[in-house]
Amino acid sequence: MDQATQVIWDGLFVGSFYALIALGYSMVYGIIKLLNFAHGDIYMVGAFIGYAILTSLGGSFQSLGLFALIVVMMVSMLLTGTIGVIVEKLAYQPLRGAPRLAVLITAVGASFALEYGVAAIASPNPRGFPVRLDGDFVLVLGARVTLPQIILMLIAGVLMFALDLYIRRTSTGRAMRSISLDMKGSLLMGVNVNKVISRTFFIGSALAGAAGVMAGAYYGKIDFLMGFIIGLKAFTAAVIGGIGNIRGAMLGGLVLGLVESIGSQLVGGQWRDAFAFAVLILFLTLRPTGILGERVTERV
Amino acid sequence: MTIDNSTESIHTVEAEAKKRGFGAWLSSIFENKYIGLVALGIALLMPFLIATPYALNIMTTAAIFVVLAAGLNIVVGYCGLLDLGYIAFLAVGAYTAGIISKAFQLPVLFTLPAVVIMCILAGLIIGAPTLRLRSDYLAIVTLGFGEITRITANNLTITGGPSGIFGIPGFLVIGDIDFQNPVIFYYLTVIIVAGLVLAAARLGRSRLGRAWKFVKEDEDAAEAMGIHTYKVKLLAYIFGAVWGGFGGMLFASHLTAISPMSFVFLQSALVLMAVVLGGMGNMKGVVLGALAISLLPEFLRDFSSYRYLLFGILLVVVMVFRPQGFWPPKGAEAERTKAQRELAAMANGLKK
Repeated sequence: MDQATQVIWDGLFVGSFYALIALGYSMVYGIIKLLNFAHGDIYMVGAFIGYAILTSLGGSFQSLGLFALIVVMMVSMLLTGTIGVIVEKLAYQPLRGAPRLAVLITAVGASFALEYGVAAIASPNPRGFPVRLDGDFVLVLGARVTLPQIILMLIAGVLMFALDLYIRRTSTGRAMRSISLDMKGSLLMGVNVNKVISRTFFIGSALAGAAGVMAGAYYGKIDFLMGFIIGLKAFTAAVIGGIGNIRGAMLGGLVLGLVESIGSQLVGGQWRDAFAFAVLILFLTLRPTGILGERVTERV
Repeated sequence: MTIDNSTESIHTVEAEAKKRGFGAWLSSIFENKYIGLVALGIALLMPFLIATPYALNIMTTAAIFVVLAAGLNIVVGYCGLLDLGYIAFLAVGAYTAGIISKAFQLPVLFTLPAVVIMCILAGLIIGAPTLRLRSDYLAIVTLGFGEITRITANNLTITGGPSGIFGIPGFLVIGDIDFQNPVIFYYLTVIIVAGLVLAAARLGRSRLGRAWKFVKEDEDAAEAMGIHTYKVKLLAYIFGAVWGGFGGMLFASHLTAISPMSFVFLQSALVLMAVVLGGMGNMKGVVLGALAISLLPEFLRDFSSYRYLLFGILLVVVMVFRPQGFWPPKGAEAERTKAQRELAAMANGLKK
């Protein structure tokens, strides 16, 4: 019983990271049907920006702990959001309307450029994150729950709640939803399509950047390839929830976290990643629309 | 009469070459039908120019890389299926060859039937459930499969775990001739590679090859014209897998040691880059792209940390400004200008 609650708690915690990153994937895919391979690398860039700020501000700032982390996270979100917009402007916007294959290859190229750009600037060796969040644990229903875990999950929850409000209540959110339904129609109705797409990239990338800083502080180690696997997993989460569906991405993240945690408990931790990708392949072949996605017939 | 015609065509070619200058001159050389033989001749003469063990090693590796690019060109270039886990087939081939030849102390050549069968199986296993998916889903699923293959090789005991397999017996020994000798192995590799590249190019011009190109241009139209698109795509996958397997077999006997570290995503991406930069669908271009990707790093040692950054930027730039690659296949759709693309995007409701 104790072990079971521990497994579930761990799964939910990791799942909330996946959910934060999956949101960016899902938003971009929902609006312009682009599979943004570089998204996982934006998460990595976020972690490195957090690292750079924390090390350059020095020990007295680092000793502020959680407060410092939240400030750094905000700055990092702004910067990664901007980087996301720049990538979109340079790499994706010129190719709007080009064949899918070309866009996918561009996305792989953008991902590569980000990864090895960071490796060239910050050296390819892993870095230790200057601020570590670890603390005493309390037992909740037999699971070890630490304070930082709760705080990180709360931050993730607040961000996701704000995003959900933003998309449902604001005019930009409405524009995003209308573009995902019919881009040409929105254009004719006076929606500034390019601006809204840029904003989508900004928000998605900012969330990934936040996740990057949080992951750095929690796991304590960052390297330039850390975004690759987690990007793949976030995509899995987005697919599980129904890609293009915001709430689905959150749900998918939690589900993937749980499935992975339970699966690695059953078949051994070294199979963890293989297990997650097997789930992805199963979902794509059996139910490509995900849990919450609607069945769409592809128009020719 | 025929003679007259041919001289006339030569004249027009020359006239056009003069009109369009250097670029056309270059392409008229590359379109020459003996260019493949010339390239093979150069490859065969190379050991006479430079025969240090280091150079032979590099050249053999480059030749193996050419096979991989040729195989991926069948999948991506001919059929238009983006495979981001292609290196998995290299892994399947290399591990099959390595495990069998080491277990039975056989020359690697004798594992060929097993390698081919395993690669066909791998192609079927990866292709059958996924080829009905949309193209972008296919890309990410192949990425997942590539990672699963690596993780599996890393975790099983039969594959030697993280340290892999070492001490793989040589390719073949006949009497006094040991094919493991660097020079002999280089020639062997070049000849096998040339055969495979030629076969892939011929395949592209066959009935099946035309079906692939049709599927790439417009899958729905191909289906409507009576092409069994699923079967055709699966065949592209299987051929790609077998080419990868050949590459794996050569790879295993060249290095005599393999480990999961050789089969990471970076390698898949590099093969893809060779295909894309060379010109998807044009086998000559792809061979050139593969040679460039595998040999350039040797000349750019000083820039090694910026190498992959450059490759990434190059991919984006090529796709934006020259989506057909540096050397597109003859008769490919003329590339669209930016204005045309915007028009098409408007017409499609920016959906594509």
